[in-house]
Amino acid sequence: MRLTPEEVDHITLLARLELSPAERERAAGELSQILDYFEQLKQLDTENVEPTEHVLPINNVLRVDETRPCLSLEAVLQNAPEHASGMFQVPRVVEAE
Amino acid sequence: MPLTELTAYQLAQQIKTRKISCREVTNEFLSRIEEVEPRVKAFVTVLPDEARRRADLLDKRLAGGEDIGLLGGVPVAVKDLICTRGIRTTCSSKMLENFVPPYDAHVAERLAVEGAVNIGKANMDEFAMGSSTENSAFFPTRNPWNLNCVPGGSSGGSTAAVAAQEAPLALGSDTGGSIRQPAAYCGCVGLKPTYGLVSRYGLIAFASSLDQIGPIANDVRDSALLLQAIAGYDRRDSTSINRAVPDYLASLTGDVKGLRIGVPKEFFVQGVESYVVDAVRAAIDKLCELGAEAVEVSMPSAEYALATYYIIAPSEASSNLARYDGVQYGLRVAEPGDDIIAMYSKTRAAGFGHEVQHRIMIGTHALSSGFYDAYYLKAQKVRTLIRRDFEKAFSQCDVLATPTAPTVAFEIGSKTNDPFSMKLADVCTIPVNMAGLPAISLPCGFQNNLPIGLQLIGNLLDESTLFRAAHAYEQATEWHKQRAVVEKS
Amino acid sequence: MSKYEIVIGMEVHAELLTESKQFCGCANVAVAPPNTHVCPVCLGFPGSLPVLNEKSVELSLRTVLAFDSKINKHTIFERKNYFYPDLPKAYQISQRLFTLGEGGCVEIDVAGQDGQVQTKRVGLSDVHMEEDTGKSQHGEAIGDPDSSLVDFNRAGIPLLEIVSAPDMRSIEEAESYMATLRQVLLYLEVSDCKMELGRLRFEASVSLRPFGQEEYGTRVEVKNLNSMKAVRDSLRAEIERQTKILDSGGKVQQQTMLWDEASGTTQPMRSKEQAHDYRYFPEPDLVPIEIDNAWLDRVRAAMPELPRARRQRFQTDYGLSAYDAEILTSTRDIASYYEAALENYNNPKTISNWVANELLGRLNAENKDIIASPVRPTQLRDLVKLIDDGTISGKIAKEVFDEMFMEGRDAILIVREKGLGQISDTSEIEAICQRVIEANPKAVEDYKGGKERSFAALVGGVMKETRGRANPALVNELLKKQLS
Repeated sequence: MRLTPEEVDHITLLARLELSPAERERAAGELSQILDYFEQLKQLDTENVEPTEHVLPINNVLRVDETRPCLSLEAVLQNAPEHASGMFQVPRVVEAE
Repeated sequence: MPLTELTAYQLAQQIKTRKISCREVTNEFLSRIEEVEPRVKAFVTVLPDEARRRADLLDKRLAGGEDIGLLGGVPVAVKDLICTRGIRTTCSSKMLENFVPPYDAHVAERLAVEGAVNIGKANMDEFAMGSSTENSAFFPTRNPWNLNCVPGGSSGGSTAAVAAQEAPLALGSDTGGSIRQPAAYCGCVGLKPTYGLVSRYGLIAFASSLDQIGPIANDVRDSALLLQAIAGYDRRDSTSINRAVPDYLASLTGDVKGLRIGVPKEFFVQGVESYVVDAVRAAIDKLCELGAEAVEVSMPSAEYALATYYIIAPSEASSNLARYDGVQYGLRVAEPGDDIIAMYSKTRAAGFGHEVQHRIMIGTHALSSGFYDAYYLKAQKVRTLIRRDFEKAFSQCDVLATPTAPTVAFEIGSKTNDPFSMKLADVCTIPVNMAGLPAISLPCGFQNNLPIGLQLIGNLLDESTLFRAAHAYEQATEWHKQRAVVEKS
Repeated sequence: MSKYEIVIGMEVHAELLTESKQFCGCANVAVAPPNTHVCPVCLGFPGSLPVLNEKSVELSLRTVLAFDSKINKHTIFERKNYFYPDLPKAYQISQRLFTLGEGGCVEIDVAGQDGQVQTKRVGLSDVHMEEDTGKSQHGEAIGDPDSSLVDFNRAGIPLLEIVSAPDMRSIEEAESYMATLRQVLLYLEVSDCKMELGRLRFEASVSLRPFGQEEYGTRVEVKNLNSMKAVRDSLRAEIERQTKILDSGGKVQQQTMLWDEASGTTQPMRSKEQAHDYRYFPEPDLVPIEIDNAWLDRVRAAMPELPRARRQRFQTDYGLSAYDAEILTSTRDIASYYEAALENYNNPKTISNWVANELLGRLNAENKDIIASPVRPTQLRDLVKLIDDGTISGKIAKEVFDEMFMEGRDAILIVREKGLGQISDTSEIEAICQRVIEANPKAVEDYKGGKERSFAALVGGVMKETRGRANPALVNELLKKQLS
């Protein structure tokens, strides 16, 4: 089953990946191939099988509500591509039409 | 014998008894790196200055009568997805090429406490996605046994460094075989511990429910030594197991009498080369000679592990890697006038290599509305079936013995055009991650002067039995004594 | 009257009153210089991992118990995946399946058709835990039209999201719902509910349908509501917008609108921003929470009484009117003040009058909160005692209260110092009566001649001499005796 160009576009929009037309074509092929490979799982009856979320039965891992030291502002911003006034700077976010 | 040919255990002993200094040891390994690194290319970042400073400090503390820890003075190579404070941590990705973490991973702290010397950050497949280290955004690492071959992956840099004697020990991480498969290809001992035994805090995540950090070493004792240093509870990792760590070195008794070795027939078919099957069967026979007994077991769901893995791991990765968006750290690509979505999409397209993008897309699709039940949920259910197979097997035996990889190391570039056949390299290791079990790979033979790996799989938290069995086999054989000779190119 | 029935649902986000954030040890503070309360975890740095705050689970459980929601004893966190610059990991740790609470309701007071107050139950669909995002400022607001700036201090602050069923049928009901919810959260000490700081936030979903129609109309979500007023105004604007569309035969589109305070209109969100598919899946970095009865008992034991229950109790135990009970339970601090004043002194009615009228009146006039009251509950109680035992009259008591409010001193000290205590000493009053009789022969004569009113003048004379402190009953009695 081959993914349609629309499906690939939807995936790349969700994943925030800008692909060239050639890359998109290649992605469609590769993704379709692996999705076909996944078809084999349909052979297995998992009707009454619980999914595994964790391999170990650990639960209720909680921390006491206490504060701990934070990073210095210098350490916070040291890896930032751009910053201003102690904040991370990004291209403007436009919310309304 | 040159210092670089000693085991980590021997080095630590000799340093402790002041026969050699930390500085000498560090210098020896740094010169070895200088000599072979241009051909092996195991490291993204070598840390000569930091390592020497650290060695001097340890020597001073030792002179002051201090106990400098289990690994006192022993150099360790650290896979470049383990965060090291103030030291660039790249994941072998353009995305994090200049990322300097302001904090240490738990294991980095443990290494420091136990006196290890971080000698460099090891190359890997980008974000640990791959089985050959060819997916590094910087350069491929070569197999010290044959420079035309891959070292395996994703911890190929760590493993090649150990095999080439650039470091006596290394840390790797294993999501679907990324420690064991390169260990097999490079003739090293690689252990993936039980999920939760080693804290993941500071390990840059690929697939959170599968990732585990583990030791890469030249023999079983060194493997146990390094695990001893890094295992244990960490309150910063909610999935960390809170119980006392056993004395692993004490498990190296050499006694395997009565040990039941399960042989799952499903691991000896589909694409496993006959020389691998022969070598692994011979290893099982050897263990039986030493007093163990072999039992046939069956794991019918194991053959679905690969498909399951290629749903679960990319799904988790698509989410784990979403944070690389050019806002707080890492690469940013934007042109004037770009809006935020354009900035994200260009940054991520430029920062991630093809394989990483491919897996992000698989995962995004597998989790998306309308597909979740058919892919992700289904895979999580199959995961339960795989776990049940292992549970059943371990009711009949103490360890399982299988090949680590279906072949020996392949030539660089030979599978890059067929990524799917590359994925088959992990077919024997992936089921183990699905069940969170510990497994060790150790050398059990050679084909064309390339090592073959034996995989022993243990029950949850039963690393001791794995070490005991692996050690007994190793002591009865000579494979681990063979060292790669790095050819002059 | 409109031909459409209004259908409103509410999503509430409350930041919880914890010391630290949901998954890390950074302080949970509302106001601080940018990026000074952040660490690798809440910044989403590679390799960082979350660990859940115990207190935030307890506060969430309180809320779930208060609204009678069904508690999922097995609850898990999931990742909600979407890109936004203020979301550090590009996913929010939240809950979707197995949320902490499901169902339950909020009981609100609404005006019935006959003008009587009625109770209405607004159903809850789910109550779940999550983490807050950072805050961004855009464009002109930061003096750079092409940029946005992001501060992550808020990122990772524990949030409780309470989602209602579409059960509200008017803006008034929505307002009552918000007020009730706020009151309960304050009572439970779950949140400080400071809307102006974004500690409590509302989102509304609105649809219209012709009266009598079963199925709901297309629903529109309205976001960016920073105050109760914004909720009210935006609902009004959105209802008007939808009415116009329907009246003209059009169809309302399902979308998210942003409230624009300046223009007083709702504006559609960019379609690209709406192209969400959150791809929820269980958060592998966190383990399940299993809630047993022992844990719930502990939470219940630590849980404050809820406003409704307290109001009811004030009426039955203290004989207060519904009106007084409502005033005295309007906040937990007022109710606690009242009950502290009642402690060891059983005159609920008089104390209620003093709290509700004098004290709250003065506090309101000075814009002070009751916890900052200069008159402590025990001090107010002692003042009422002085009235009840006849030491001072009610009128004097108001004078004394004024002093107490200004200076924060005990009533008895003020009474003593200013000599305000009631004179009940017979010989002292007799002597004063004598003097007044001697000084007013005309009045005495008139009284004896049958003019009852002159007696009042004589009483007034005594009161004037004693500056009102003479026991009025005693004055009457002694004057009459002396005049007879």
